[in-house]
Amino acid sequence: MNYIIGAFKPACSITISLADGKSRKQVALKKENGKTVLIPVFHNQETISGKISIEPISGKKVEHNGIKIELLGQIEMYFDRGNFYDFTSLVRELDIPGEIYERKTFPFEFPTVEMPYETYNGANVRLRYVLKVSISRNYGGSIVEYQDFVVRNDSPPPSINNSIKMEVGIEDCLHIEFEYNKSKYHLKDVIVGKIYFLLVRIKIKNMDLEIRRRESTGSGTNTHVETETLAKFELMDGAPVREKVSPVTFSESIPVRLFLSPYELAPTYLNINNKFSVKYYLNLVLVDEEDRRYFKQQEITMYRLSETS
Amino acid sequence: MMISDGVAEDEEKWLSAGIAGLQQNAFHMHRALDSNNLKDALKYSAQMLSELRTSRLSPHKYYELYMRAFDELRKLEIFFKEETSRGCSIVELYELVQHAGNILPRLYLLCTVGSVYIKSKEAPAKDVLKDLVEMCRGIQHPLRGLFLRSYLSQVSRDKLPDIGSEYEGDADTVMDAVEFVLQNFTEMNKLWVRMQHQGPAREKDKRGKERGELRDLVGKNLHVLSQIEGVDLEMYKETVLPRVLEQVVNCKDELAQYYLMDCIIQVFPDEYHLQTLETLLSACPQLQSSVDVETVLSRLMERLSNYAASGSEVLPEFFQVEAFAKLNNAIGKVIEAQEDMPIAGVVTLYASLLTFTLQVHPDRLDYIDQILGACVKKLSGREKLNDSKATKQIVALLSAPLEKYKDIDTALNLSNYPRIMECLNDGTHKEMANVIVQNIMKNKTCISTAEKVDALFELIKGLIRDLDGDTHDELDEDFIEEQNSVARLIQILHSDDPEEMLKVIQTVRKHILTGGRKRLPYTVPPLIFSSLKLVRRLEKQEENVSDDEASTTPKKIFQLVTQTIEALTSIPVPELALGLYLQCAEAANDCDLEPVAYEFFTQAYILYEEEITDSKTQVTSIHLIIGTLQRMHVFGVENRDALTHKATGYSAKLLKKPDQCRAVYACSHLFWLDDHDNIRDGERVLLCLKRALRIANAVQQMANATRGSSGSALLFIEILNKYLYFYEKGVSQITVESIQDLIKLIRNEMQGDASPSDPAADAFLASTLRYIQFQKDKGGAVGDKYMLITD
Repeated sequence: MNYIIGAFKPACSITISLADGKSRKQVALKKENGKTVLIPVFHNQETISGKISIEPISGKKVEHNGIKIELLGQIEMYFDRGNFYDFTSLVRELDIPGEIYERKTFPFEFPTVEMPYETYNGANVRLRYVLKVSISRNYGGSIVEYQDFVVRNDSPPPSINNSIKMEVGIEDCLHIEFEYNKSKYHLKDVIVGKIYFLLVRIKIKNMDLEIRRRESTGSGTNTHVETETLAKFELMDGAPVREKVSPVTFSESIPVRLFLSPYELAPTYLNINNKFSVKYYLNLVLVDEEDRRYFKQQEITMYRLSETS
Repeated sequence: MMISDGVAEDEEKWLSAGIAGLQQNAFHMHRALDSNNLKDALKYSAQMLSELRTSRLSPHKYYELYMRAFDELRKLEIFFKEETSRGCSIVELYELVQHAGNILPRLYLLCTVGSVYIKSKEAPAKDVLKDLVEMCRGIQHPLRGLFLRSYLSQVSRDKLPDIGSEYEGDADTVMDAVEFVLQNFTEMNKLWVRMQHQGPAREKDKRGKERGELRDLVGKNLHVLSQIEGVDLEMYKETVLPRVLEQVVNCKDELAQYYLMDCIIQVFPDEYHLQTLETLLSACPQLQSSVDVETVLSRLMERLSNYAASGSEVLPEFFQVEAFAKLNNAIGKVIEAQEDMPIAGVVTLYASLLTFTLQVHPDRLDYIDQILGACVKKLSGREKLNDSKATKQIVALLSAPLEKYKDIDTALNLSNYPRIMECLNDGTHKEMANVIVQNIMKNKTCISTAEKVDALFELIKGLIRDLDGDTHDELDEDFIEEQNSVARLIQILHSDDPEEMLKVIQTVRKHILTGGRKRLPYTVPPLIFSSLKLVRRLEKQEENVSDDEASTTPKKIFQLVTQTIEALTSIPVPELALGLYLQCAEAANDCDLEPVAYEFFTQAYILYEEEITDSKTQVTSIHLIIGTLQRMHVFGVENRDALTHKATGYSAKLLKKPDQCRAVYACSHLFWLDDHDNIRDGERVLLCLKRALRIANAVQQMANATRGSSGSALLFIEILNKYLYFYEKGVSQITVESIQDLIKLIRNEMQGDASPSDPAADAFLASTLRYIQFQKDKGGAVGDKYMLITD
């Protein structure tokens, strides 16, 4: 059995190791097969260097037409499956055509790589970075090895960060005012705010605050929009309702305090390479006793704050 | 019924489902706690607490569920505490629990961690408390909100930054503690009030009941406030009370206002109430008109009264704040504001104020009269009171001054007192009159002027005469009881000044003569005796100051008495009148007023002849006459002869022979008085006794004739005793022979075949003979006399 399988085994094994692989921060990423693997994290304009070692299966030699390493930034649209779009492609030749008899190591380096976009795994689109080592051969096809890595780009805190304030309502029925302390939040931020109830004549059962992610891909008539609710956070149980009350004398406020850290959020992406955008919204939802929903959605900007700062 | 049973059954089901869910998650939580797994502990505790999100349980059942969760949370709190000692930052924990998606579990966990947070002292207690009480706003569902906030109150109670507490901060942190409790209280009250307005209208009563079960959750906050050391009078006055009252007034909810007002009154110290009386009272007229303000105010006054009673050293406080004026004013306003307040309420208020005033201002009769006056104003112009609650209160109102002063005098000085009595219905009037009389009796109050007596009798006229509409004729026990009380009252009236006393008697007479035939037999005798007492007093005095031109003379009194007794003639109670005449005669005798005495006897004889027809009554009456006459010494020979003659005549005319016999031998005493030399007529004594013997013989013969056997020898033995009596006294007409004959006769009678054995007679004879023997043995002059008697 082993013998037969051995026939289909690649002729050599390729190992990609990064220069600071042990110390570099890693994040868990879910692969297509469902397994999570730890993947190193880089950010824009970092130098990516390391070593490639190629070790032929014992006693065999590997003939090749050249060995190269590529750094690829790809956008993959799911509805256009298999069609990758490379927005970044860097190549290093590691070896001229020849034969490898024993384990051989090649150093490589991509200095200050432009990686403006973050790695993203969405509903309809994926943006990924990968190191690709190929040993091209005349027969038996090329031998290829990939190493994914993640790019995350910090942003400085925004210089202007206004609060969000708004009054909404249905005439003679519901009149509320809400206030969130900021319009731009970093990923570990806390949303603090207040909901003021000025008039309530409907029987509200509860109130939730939702965080929604809106991903739009493609352009023009080909645009696909996918919205996902990432967080559903109950703000209020029951309602400050009182019948026969004049709206002026009556005001109750409900506090909002939502920690963002437990949720898997990413920064807002605007028009990434003209291919897709990802936006975030706070959706305030009031549910009445007949399960009717009254809601108001507000966009917020998410950004990644440097974790060390 | 079917439906409600179904509901109860369902509820039971839901409760047990809730408990099961809670226990299951608690089990997992315990495992997580045991293995120090914080993540799981949070997860399962949140799930456990989710059971409290139910809307299906009534407050009662919800409480059961809550208590179970409460116990579990204590374990969790201990775990959190250990967790922080293991290096987990409390701040981190405080954030971590807020990740829970559902708000109710989140807030329960937050409060629990918050408690640990305060204990850790990593942040000032006030900041944590403020955050907690603010975050709890998220629960707006009344029932769940109330329980959550009650939980908050529970875990924070021992952690308030109070003065002297280990959580006390730098400056003014008591204020923070107060602020925290006040806010929690305000929010809880809002939730509690809101409960009333939610759900279908048809379940309004049920909701009211359910709210009643929850009230202590709200009231507890006030209790906590009262326990805060730092709440001194100043802070209570400036912050606590105004804020609490603001909430009470603004919530516009009947149940809450009533309960909370009462709560305020009960939990805070008396001196605080006294010092903030104005503020507290000013809230009363602002309450909803359906609120039972009268009870609230009554309780307040009751508390203040008790406080005043606690010691005289607190009284100056009352004067200083003019408590009476404020209370009086407030009551006026409340009554004005609540037009449809039941009259019972009004009276309750005044009764409480009165009690208060009696306690605080016992010397201010004008205050008391003022209160009564206000009450009269409210009562007059209406129909007489029939509401039992109101009348009960009126009785309390009117009784209070009596009990306090133990003196009807004071009440008689209150001009409005009788005016209130006027407003009572007959039954209550009577009841109140009774209370007054009992009070006088109990305190042995001496009422000594005619004027007061007049006022008093006017006051208790319910007992003195029939009020309109009160015409039932039967003499029930209550009536007799009442009249006996009046009789006792008449006896108690006394003035040292005879002239005034006469006036008193005249006044009483005036009143009781209106009493009608039912009452006179009870009220006339005490008046007569009271008059005779006065006569005797005069008699004694006259020896000292005989030349006094007093208008009060025995003669005058006797005239009055005669007229009074005559009033009885309209009612057929001749034996009573006869007795009274005889009493009067005796009194006249003591005053040496022969004609008067004779007149009284004449009246008595006339009654005997004309009115007393019942033979039994005749017997007792004749003995009464004989007895009285025997003691009379004022009569001259002629008068006396006339009277004794009549008396013996009456005796002989009694219907039954034995009665005749006994009356006749009793008459013998009329002719022999030890201490009167001129009344020693042995002949007539013997005559009487002989006559008695004849009658006794006749009795025996009659017995023989009708029954074939002779009667008892009892009568003979009785006569024998009379013989012995007079013999001993030295009546010469009674001879030894006659006694011996009599004894012989008796023996014959008793040994005769036909005679029935009569143990009583045997014993009587035996003891009579023993007496003779005893006298013989004793010797001396009497003994010598007896020696002559031989069997």
